[in-house]
Amino acid sequence: MNPSALRELVPAVIGVLVRRGADFASAEDAVQEAVIRALETWSDDPSRGDPVRDPKAWLIATSWRRFLDAARAEESRRGREAVVAAEPPPGPGPAADDTLRLYFLCAHPSLTPASAVALTLRAVGGLTTQQIAAAYLVPEATMAQRISRAKRRIAGQSLDRAGDPATVLRVLYLVFNEGYGGDVDLAAEAIRLTRQLAALTDEPEVAGLLALMLLHHARRDARTDADGRLVPLAEQDRRRWDTGLIAEGVEILQTALARDRLGEYQAQAAIAALHADAPAPAETDWPQIVEWYDELLRLTGSPVVQLNRAVAVGEADGPRAGLAALGEVDPGLPRHTAASAYLHERAGEIGRAADLYAEAARSATSVPERDHLIRRAARLRGS
Amino acid sequence: MKYLLLKHYRGGPEPVVDYETIDHWSPDEVDAHMRYMSDFASKLEATGEFVDAQALAPEGTFVRYDGEGRPPVTDGPFAETKDLVAGWMVIDVESHERALELAGELSAAPGPGGEPIHEWLELRPFMSNKAETAE
Repeated sequence: MNPSALRELVPAVIGVLVRRGADFASAEDAVQEAVIRALETWSDDPSRGDPVRDPKAWLIATSWRRFLDAARAEESRRGREAVVAAEPPPGPGPAADDTLRLYFLCAHPSLTPASAVALTLRAVGGLTTQQIAAAYLVPEATMAQRISRAKRRIAGQSLDRAGDPATVLRVLYLVFNEGYGGDVDLAAEAIRLTRQLAALTDEPEVAGLLALMLLHHARRDARTDADGRLVPLAEQDRRRWDTGLIAEGVEILQTALARDRLGEYQAQAAIAALHADAPAPAETDWPQIVEWYDELLRLTGSPVVQLNRAVAVGEADGPRAGLAALGEVDPGLPRHTAASAYLHERAGEIGRAADLYAEAARSATSVPERDHLIRRAARLRGS
Repeated sequence: MKYLLLKHYRGGPEPVVDYETIDHWSPDEVDAHMRYMSDFASKLEATGEFVDAQALAPEGTFVRYDGEGRPPVTDGPFAETKDLVAGWMVIDVESHERALELAGELSAAPGPGGEPIHEWLELRPFMSNKAETAE
């Protein structure tokens, strides 16, 4: 059994333990320990077969035993009688509901985004603390504490209640944007978790986020060149886009849009789909992209959307119109200077554009973006 | 977001408290200062915000390339170097405000007489290695 198939069992197994009477925090710890044990002892060699015939039953039995041991140790520490029954009460129930509720619990609004992300990756994603710590470049002890604190914070929250899907989607989108980290492909993991969520719910925005992720993921290979340099959309080799993922993303999006309950992820996915649909940059349907940005702005009121809209206006109606639209955007926004540089370049004001690119590079918050802006400035100054 | 809290032996704005360098403190004062630092790190580990802390020896050497096949040139140490880094702590926090709050707290480490030394700490954000997904 491969590690990802093992991970998929985790939320359902936590659900089983909780229905047998375990509290979420202890159940989650017990399942994590069982997963680590399985990863250590199960063979990767398929010819040797799985050491257990029914991995799910093994995980349930092992984690339940761990839970009982921990509960008994805790009780004897406190000098009390065991209150946990050795024989689990029967508690069958739909595993799908358990998994869905775990998504809501792990993205609970009382948690900080970083805690919600960590808890979701462990309890819903089935990743180990070590993997999550490596992905986010923090020590394992720090990540372990972050997760236990998150669990203490939501202690007492019932697993029976559904929450706001928007909080779950935000957490999944954060994971997606983290990309690669350590030995875990977080973007692929986010897609897996969103796909699973989409299968459990009937919410068009979940489908919208899944479509958005697939459409972005389809361009991942083309987004950097062989030397790791960032390649802007207009310069990407479109033959390197994954047409299978694009087709799937577009189909999911169309089904969602047909439900006529528009939300921000569907609108963002629509913009990504219009980019994906153009065989060459010049064939991009910019007027329609601007319309989607108007929709997105109406839905979110976000200044970042306003900024991106100004760049799209620059493509649809010319750089002067774009600069006019940018004039209405808060100049303190990150990437405002970079957008201004780009529009000035398009308007033929090369010297001004080079200065703006250089200025934008100084305030960039990521290394690939800074390097890209420095190269733009250097290229314009050398021309 | 990750931030570097940079501790300087010298350099930075004018100190607000005039105190002797740590080698002139009493052993108890030195212990109290060190304990404050390590308690601070443990506290951050418990809140899930600690990444790394390192102290640096005060004396260093400047090194540079000197051409193909030649050994690197060294220079220093310089007794009068204006800016001297003493060590750092790396934290991973939710917001810039939280980073400021923690830096302020670390700057309150006790010095002579157990009084906070009000040391200036330099707070620098890490640049991320991820390119934004938005295009």
